[in-house]
Amino acid sequence: MLEALSLPFMQRALIAGLMVAFLASYYGVFVVQRGLGFLGNGLAHAAFGGVALGLLLGQEPLTIAVPFTMAVSIAIIWVRHRTTLASDTVIGVFFAVSMAAGIIFLSLKKDYSADAFSYLFGSILAITNTDLWVTSGVVVLALLAQPLWGRWAYATFDRELAISDRVPVILDEYLLGILMAVTVVVSVKVVGIVLISAFLVIPAAAARLVVRRFATMTWLSILFGMSSATFGLWGSYQLDLPSGATIVIFQAIIFLTCLGLLSLTRIIDARRNKNS
Amino acid sequence: MHAVHTQNLSIFLGESQALTNISCCIKEGEFVAILGPNGAGKSTFLKVLLGVLEPSGGNVQIFEQSPRKVNPEWIGYVPQAKTLDRNFPALATELVVTGMHRTWLRRISGADRAAARDALKMVGADHLANRPLSKLSGGELQRIYLARSLARKPRLILLDEPATGIDTVGETDFYRLLDSYRHKHNATILMITHNQEVASQHADRVMVLNRRLFGFGTPAETMCDECLHSAYSTENQNSNIPDLRTGANHA
Repeated sequence: MLEALSLPFMQRALIAGLMVAFLASYYGVFVVQRGLGFLGNGLAHAAFGGVALGLLLGQEPLTIAVPFTMAVSIAIIWVRHRTTLASDTVIGVFFAVSMAAGIIFLSLKKDYSADAFSYLFGSILAITNTDLWVTSGVVVLALLAQPLWGRWAYATFDRELAISDRVPVILDEYLLGILMAVTVVVSVKVVGIVLISAFLVIPAAAARLVVRRFATMTWLSILFGMSSATFGLWGSYQLDLPSGATIVIFQAIIFLTCLGLLSLTRIIDARRNKNS
Repeated sequence: MHAVHTQNLSIFLGESQALTNISCCIKEGEFVAILGPNGAGKSTFLKVLLGVLEPSGGNVQIFEQSPRKVNPEWIGYVPQAKTLDRNFPALATELVVTGMHRTWLRRISGADRAAARDALKMVGADHLANRPLSKLSGGELQRIYLARSLARKPRLILLDEPATGIDTVGETDFYRLLDSYRHKHNATILMITHNQEVASQHADRVMVLNRRLFGFGTPAETMCDECLHSAYSTENQNSNIPDLRTGANHA
């Protein structure tokens, strides 16, 4: 690992991987606990539409993808508030439309778009210093918004109770949606559109299996996310495998370990109850 | 001062009218039981008082202010057991602390823990303090919600079928606790129930509701066959009509 870290592109990859893992696993606890596992996929595909539009216009793709994905995120929340449609249905509509728009944008582009495919599967080893600065900006944003964790957690637990206690739940939902959209866009280059939802869901879901408190779930999700990014990157370097996919395999190993721990605890509890 | 004052309150939920022209005055310190069939708009009425739903028409005042302007710490709310989320990773103490801080805390201080324990003791649930919500029964969880409401020393307590899932002995203690809190703090209580006996024993007045007000007065005035049967036999009524004496549902 130390040998790998002497290479500048690996240093950038590790820093980017850790930042993306931190962001995704932090917001992931809200995604998992609110039952919005599909949202990561929806926003990632919206990001694809934005990236494709950027490529078509000859602009830096992320400068178009950020406002595009934010707009889709706002639209998803707006439609959810104004209709009786389930969240997954609304996300599914925007997911498909953004993807379709992306395909049309790419087809309108005269030359071959190899860049678009690097966004589909991610290219953590091709991270530039500019990418690192942009991602650090999003991390700072997440840290600045960190005092809102308590309000978001309260509304996640019981939306009506939070409203009755004058928590600005609707404003918070838009804020969380926008911050998640930005996170997904900056993560897309690192892990790819196809795998970003794993970063949002798996560490938080693994943490949920073994904790009794939401605060602990948040810390553990971040720990799981960042450690699987580190070990996944190391594994991908050692075994010459795609880095994004290897990180997800490490997340899955953590998830299975937590599942095993949960089953073990249940067996021990059952035996203890039987004996007493 | 009136704790609750509504004038021609109407609520539309989507296309359907949930409540029509509800006018009532509830004085501070009163215990009001709300009776009515399923789908009568009883929970909707409480949600308007909480400020969760905006009235479609008419006027609502809580302690002479609009529900969204009134200090939320004056209101304690115990939701219906079937709507409570036990999947959220939290301990009973944490839930009680939200009643005092109106947010979710990462870390609970010693003082908050002690205050939460006092509130839990009040409802006879201090032994549940460190138990996760997922391991609580419906009745236990409602006690925790009651502790959460009482922890903020509310002037108005809104209870949505609070005794569902509580055993008979626990139910007696539950109402004794409510009565004692009310007399000590001159608190106003609005409680949705399907149990006519409970309403007549504990409430000063009974509100019979089925999308509109069918009666509002003392238990003797409102719990007559004529009033109850007109409320329970309107075209809006659900097929699950509760037994008016015990609250049990039967078709």
